[in-house]
Amino acid sequence: MNTATTPDTAPCASASETPVSTWKMRRWPASRETSIPAWIYSDSSLFNREMEVFHDGPSWNFVGLECEIEVVGAFKRSWIGPRSVIMVRGEDEAVHVLENRCAHRGSQLCWENRGVVKDFTCPYHHWNYDLQGDLLGLPFLRGAMGKGGMPRDFRKLDHGLRKLRVTTLGGIVWASFSDEAPSLDDYLGEEIHALVLRATGGGRRKLRLLGYNRQLLPCNWKLYLENSRDPYHATLLHSFFLTFGLLRTDTAFKAVPTVGGRHGIMASTYSAATAGQQNEVTSQLANLKTDFTLEDMEVVKPVDEMGDSSMINFSVLPSVFFQQHGNSLALRHLIPKSASLSELSWTHYGFVDDDEAMNRRRLKQANLMGPAGYVAVDDSEVLARMQPVAESSPESVQIVTMGGVDHDSQDTMLTETLIRGFYSYYREKMGL
Amino acid sequence: MDKRLSTSINDPALRAEVRDLYDDYAASLDDLDFPAWVGFFGEGCLYRVVSLENFNQGLPLSTIECHGLGSLRDRIAAIRETAVFEPRTLRRMVSGTRINGVGVEIRAQANFAVFESLSDREPHLFITGRYLDRLTRENGRLKLHERICVYDNYRVRTSLIYPI
Repeated sequence: MNTATTPDTAPCASASETPVSTWKMRRWPASRETSIPAWIYSDSSLFNREMEVFHDGPSWNFVGLECEIEVVGAFKRSWIGPRSVIMVRGEDEAVHVLENRCAHRGSQLCWENRGVVKDFTCPYHHWNYDLQGDLLGLPFLRGAMGKGGMPRDFRKLDHGLRKLRVTTLGGIVWASFSDEAPSLDDYLGEEIHALVLRATGGGRRKLRLLGYNRQLLPCNWKLYLENSRDPYHATLLHSFFLTFGLLRTDTAFKAVPTVGGRHGIMASTYSAATAGQQNEVTSQLANLKTDFTLEDMEVVKPVDEMGDSSMINFSVLPSVFFQQHGNSLALRHLIPKSASLSELSWTHYGFVDDDEAMNRRRLKQANLMGPAGYVAVDDSEVLARMQPVAESSPESVQIVTMGGVDHDSQDTMLTETLIRGFYSYYREKMGL
Repeated sequence: MDKRLSTSINDPALRAEVRDLYDDYAASLDDLDFPAWVGFFGEGCLYRVVSLENFNQGLPLSTIECHGLGSLRDRIAAIRETAVFEPRTLRRMVSGTRINGVGVEIRAQANFAVFESLSDREPHLFITGRYLDRLTRENGRLKLHERICVYDNYRVRTSLIYPI
């Protein structure tokens, strides 16, 4: 037998070598504002604590779009951290978000991603709930032939599904497990609130679902969150962006951490004038391919639909990134599965009053994003290769000093201010 | 061999011709022979890679969407010139070829399973699904006028770099 290939037969580590909760013993390295220790990407006890503090804690999580559940009984399955939830249109026509967990034995209630139902019945013991999550009935409540049955003091109203707090803004559904969460407006802050409305038609237009892209990212959720707050890499890694002038260091740019680093905004301007032009800035970019053109240029020629010549992308802790790349609009739902695994679900949308040309443009420009995106694959590939490095050297330290040491707003892409802002907020909430 | 359109979905010669086309198509991509890959498509073609989830719900979003030969060449150029990705080898297994209809065009389908071998790990099943095709004959040769690759995966495993 080749023992080298049978790690399962190796002697177990003794229990004393594996502390139950290692994160409390961790110490953030010196130069706190500009250092990130690698153990935050692999420690499973820390991951569990993060889910308590952020996803289950006093925050608002992205769940879905109202237009995904238009009729009474229409539901969509979603996620808050690793926990499955059901977003459903109730008899009262309001949106309800319920934990996808039977109140009886905790089995998963709903096994479909989308559909329309009259009520929910658990497949295990057929406990039956209405669209608001209240327990309607259960088989053999009084037993059979005088035997079995629930105690006489069993009250159905004490055994409903876990109901989350729900609110909507701009056609987007948000939910919270916590009674302590402030109002969504306060949680988002003024700037993000305004940007959510900008991205969703200002309350005047109705969203239209275009479809989903889902991918597994074999990395810690924070690696993706940092990536979505890192304009520095975008000027270097994403040569597709650069080549077509969609995002370059020679365009006006703002990096704005908000609410003490909780959220992060990246706003850039684009114009037909910069597309395809080369100058002294672009000459420093090794990845810029000046002789590369596309046969179908509509993929990289956005129309200024918001009327402000801007592409504004922003990250709302803990779960969603609002994407505006050209005319490709999407909500990137970041779903942590474990310390080393995440899912990224892209919900692409447009508006019901989009004309045919805009609809075509959105679908075509979606080629830049998602698991096969001209731009996005660069990120999923880099992050997938970062995770094993972080796991193999948990005591190593990363630095984020581009653009200084604090986390104020900056008007350059050459900054890590948004990452510093996030970790300032993170350390405070985690007590690290 | 008679190169006019066959009138029967059970015509053994037509089935063999379509099977050969599918095998050759898969080999071109396995070998990263992209000019050969583009050569399997006709002018004005539509090539989509789309999740079963979107397909079943009639949602228009694709994971890859190409209109016309130029757009296929753009996809290849971007992979070659701008995309950053870990080296990998893909093997496409095609089976279950069926002819669904014969008229001015041929409607056909087949199953695919793609195994992915990344630079420092074992091969795994990367993606599986169906090709749904409309074929037309150009200068005697069958060309893909439309190929919709409907993948069964709920999620793509990290990244879809090369076409299916």
